[in-house]
Parts: sequence; structure tokens; C-alpha cells
Amino acid sequence: MTSMLIIIGVVMVVVFSGVSVSFKSMMIGSITDSMLGHLQIHKKGYVSSIDNLPLHLNINEKGIKQLENIFEKHNDVIEAFSYRIKFGAMLSNFQETTNIRLTAVQPQMENAACPRLVERINGDIQDPDKFIEQGKIIIPENLANGLNLKSGDEVVLVANNKDGSVNGLSLKVSNVIEGIMGPSGRDGFIHINDAKTLLRINGEEINEVAIRLKNPDNLNGMNKLIANELSQFENKQNMPVFELHTWADLSPFSTIAAIVDLLIITIKMVLIAIVLISILNVMMMSVYERVNEIGTISAIGTLPSKILWLFMAEGFSLAIISTIVGNIIGVLAIFFINIAKFHFSFGRMKNILLETSIAPSEIISVSLIVIFIAVISSLQPALKASRMQPVDALRHV
Amino acid sequence: MSLVEIKQVTKDYQIGEVSVRALKDIELDIEKQSFVSFVGPSGSGKTTLLNLIGCLDKPSSGEVFVNGTPVNSFSNKEAAQFRGQHLGFIFQNFNLLPVLTTYENVEYPLIMVQNIPVGKRKERIMHYLEAVGMTDQKDKYPSQLSGGQKQRVAVARALVTDPKLVLADEPTANLDHATAFKVIKLMKQMQENLKTTFIFSTHDPKVVKEAEIIYTLEDGKLVDK
Repeated sequence: MTSMLIIIGVVMVVVFSGVSVSFKSMMIGSITDSMLGHLQIHKKGYVSSIDNLPLHLNINEKGIKQLENIFEKHNDVIEAFSYRIKFGAMLSNFQETTNIRLTAVQPQMENAACPRLVERINGDIQDPDKFIEQGKIIIPENLANGLNLKSGDEVVLVANNKDGSVNGLSLKVSNVIEGIMGPSGRDGFIHINDAKTLLRINGEEINEVAIRLKNPDNLNGMNKLIANELSQFENKQNMPVFELHTWADLSPFSTIAAIVDLLIITIKMVLIAIVLISILNVMMMSVYERVNEIGTISAIGTLPSKILWLFMAEGFSLAIISTIVGNIIGVLAIFFINIAKFHFSFGRMKNILLETSIAPSEIISVSLIVIFIAVISSLQPALKASRMQPVDALRHV
Repeated sequence: MSLVEIKQVTKDYQIGEVSVRALKDIELDIEKQSFVSFVGPSGSGKTTLLNLIGCLDKPSSGEVFVNGTPVNSFSNKEAAQFRGQHLGFIFQNFNLLPVLTTYENVEYPLIMVQNIPVGKRKERIMHYLEAVGMTDQKDKYPSQLSGGQKQRVAVARALVTDPKLVLADEPTANLDHATAFKVIKLMKQMQENLKTTFIFSTHDPKVVKEAEIIYTLEDGKLVDK
């Protein structure tokens, strides 16, 4: 019964961790690989006013050169980076007009920094490095539906440049892109050269750099490293020129990821409670039922320390066997979940295949928790057994 | 030198707020290789006296020496070590470990108490099982044995560590007369063959006749030898 409880607890943690961590990793991967990159650099103050998509906080040619030197220096950890100009504009199909948020990119750089962006673009992309060409625009799905736009249709973009003058540019719709998180997405893509034309930008100027790391698991380390490099650049007021953010700083999904982590911790706490109560209960009963036996083995010369270890070993064995069985069943359950090919939807992402996996470190951590708790919960009953006076224990009926 | 020396031993038990004197000024010596019995009615102090000699309990006053060692100052650990090296125990209720076979019950003190290597253990266990006539029952569990057989196994377990002294508290109380007589005979035989000292308590007058020395207790006092 106790073993069964512990096994169920371990299976619960392994399966839940496998599913939730895989889901979280998949979602984070999707966000970073198709939208945000792992890190982003802006001019200081840009993110606090990001909703306005300001153009007066662009990084100029000198700033780009400074950033390129950093990227060059750390090319062992930085896989790719992409320069972007983000701005707001009015989109017209000559009958109706609406507002649109645009990300102007150099497609080869963008594809390297966000390789899964092209997966979200409907239609046939022959070369992902040329997913957006000059003179063309990728329209968000809801705007395409609202304005009844399709590939090949002509639209006009109207935008203010940073001096306030209004400019227009005629473009052809190349493709439609899905919103990643929900139906409110109004983000389209154009080529960076078209943005420069529309916004009358001469020379090199950007307002966002998305960075893809070679090892995203070391996000915090890389964040510190690059932030340290960026801190050397200061303006005339001795204020930092740049600001650096991780994907988690910029995406609301980081809250969901934190909730998932919290849920995993909660499940682990439940497991700890199950193991603690089960083993404590079974060991207390074990000691109580064997008082006479404890008296006998103590009388014939078994040292108190050996009696202690006998009972500790019993709790430990219970935990080891239950943990091994629980882990095997948990891993098998994850294997069968993958074979069963469960699909789910999240936001605008439909028919996502649930690919679960459990890291060996997670199995090790669950096992260590169970074993540690088992040892702790065996300790009190074992101490009680070892401290029994044989003369009292032998009298026990 | 006597194997057991008891000097002016008194033992009081505190039962609630009442103090009960179980033993009063006991003074006795038991020589090596003797076959001794403590007799007396229930509550006379036989078990208490055996517990003091067996380092299972401590006197309220007086001194107990076993094999020349003052045992009343032992810590729990020292007492367990002393019992494991020098004493053997036979209990009224046999007290065999129910999850172990006959063989394993006899083997237990050699593993857990004396750390005897596996090669030496088997020969010794088989020797004692043969001595008590339980070789054929070596793979049986206590639940599959009769009372007499259980007590034979208990005798083998008590002797397998080659103790200087075996203490048996009412070893025949749960046996019928014929079986009780056989068990006492077996103990006597072991005492003669192995030159081990046996002290047993009983209130059965037929069994007590087998003892060489009989100490009679009444109300915690030694009244006759």
C-alpha cells in the first residue's frame, strides 16, 4: 500500500513534469524561434515606450558598429542576430484603412535569428532566407481576413517618419502570417530597405536587434555577459546607450512558464507529503508491531546503532524500490503518450503535437527527493526502535 | 572466581506514585559450568534477577558482576556488546524472529552480533542444529514448528555464539510437561557437553529437580539455596 502510494506519486511527478516541461519548452521555443529571439537590444528607454513604436529611439550607424563588435567578439556563444525596424503604419487596400504594426527585417538575418518564423507564414516559401522581398508585405492573418486581402493584392502603407512627415509606399501582399499568441496580432513584415524608403531613413538605422544564442539554457549567463559589454557605452549624460532584455522580459508567456514551474513544484510538494506521511506511518507501525522482536534482537546483543540502521534500511529500501518502479512506469507513460500522438491547440497555434520528454536530471531529482524524504521519515521510528530498553520491549505483548 | 556475583542487590520499580521493591538485598555467587535454577511463585523476583544478571536491567542498589565485570554501570551499547559476547538468552515465548527460518534464526546472532564470516557460520549453525535435533527442520519458519521445536531452536540460537552463561526465563512455561522435561534435559545435556553455565527460572517443581543448584525466591528475597 505504501509502495503503491509512493509509486503513484513518482509516476504523477514524472508524467506531469514530462508533459508540462515539454509544453513549456515547446512554447518558449516557438516564441523565441519565431518572434523574439533569446535576447533583444534596444536603445535605452525603448522598451518602456514600446507600445508607441517610437522612431526617435533608433540605434544609429555608430551604435550598430558598436553592437557588431560585441557580436563579433562573442560569436562563440551568439548563433545569429537580426536588425529590425519596428514601426506603426496605416494599411489601405484602397477601400478601407486600418493600422498595422510592422517589423522590417533583412530576411536572411531574420531567418537565422528566428528560424521558425517561416513556419507561421502561410503559402509556399521557396527560400526561407528570402521570405520577404523588397516591394512586398506579409500581412497578419486577421487583417488579411478583415480587408479581404490575398497574395498578389496591392496595398498602400502610410507612416510618419521621425520628423513627423507622412510618407506612403505601395506594396504587394506576398503572404499571410498567423498570430502566435492570439487573434489580436497586428504584426506584419516588410523588407528593411522598404522601411528605410517609407521612413526616409538614410544610411543604417534600426531600433531592435534580436539575438539567437547557441545555448539558450545559459540565457542568464549570456544576458549578464552581453549586458556587461553594453554597459561600456554611455551617452554624454553618462547614461547607458543600450538596454538588453531576455525573451522572458518581453513576453507575457514568461508568466505562464513561471506558473508551470510553480505547478511542478506544487506537485513535488504533494509527492513529498505522500512519501513523508506514508513512510512515517508504515515505519511507526512497523516499530510498534515489532516491539517484542526489537526486545529480542536487543537482548541477544544487537547494538542500538544496528537496530537503527535495520529500520532505516527498511524505509530506504521501500523508497528505492518504489522510486525505481515509479520512474519506470512514468517513463513508459511518457513513451506511450508520444506513441499516442496527442494534439492540442494553444492560442492561434493549432494541431500542435505533444512531444513529451523527461530530462534525466528531473528523474534524478525526483528520485533523490523521494529517497531523502524516506530517510528523514524513517529516522524518527528507527531512533525510537534503537532507544528501546530491551527489558521493556520484551515485556510488550 | 565466580561467574556471577551479586552483592546486596535491591531493585525497585516505580509504578505510578508507588515504589515496589522487586528484589531485596540479594547476595549470591554462581560458579562456572553450573546448572542453576531460580524457583518461586509468580512475582517473587525470578525474572528481575535474571534481567539484572543478563544486563537487561540495572539494580537500584548493590553490584552485579558477570565474569568479573561490573555490569550495572554499562551504557546501553556496552550492555548490548557484553550480552552479544558472553550471554545467551532463552525466552518463555521462544521469541524466534517470525520472518526467518530455523537456520536463519540461529544464524542471526552470528551475523548481526558477532560478525562471523559466512564460511565459518554454516558449520557452526549445523553443529548446533544437530545438537538440538532440528537439522531436518532448518528451512521451516517458526509458525511451522511446535512449541518444543521452537524452544530447541531458541536453545541453539542461545548457544551458537559460545556464551559463557545462558539465561533462560521460564523456558518451559509454555510447553506441556513431557516437552518441558525434554527441553530441560536438552539444556542439561548442552551444559555438560559445552561446559556452559545455565541459569533458568521456573515455578514447575518437576522441572526444577533437574537443576544442580536451586535458589528459592519469595517476595523478592532469597530464602533458600
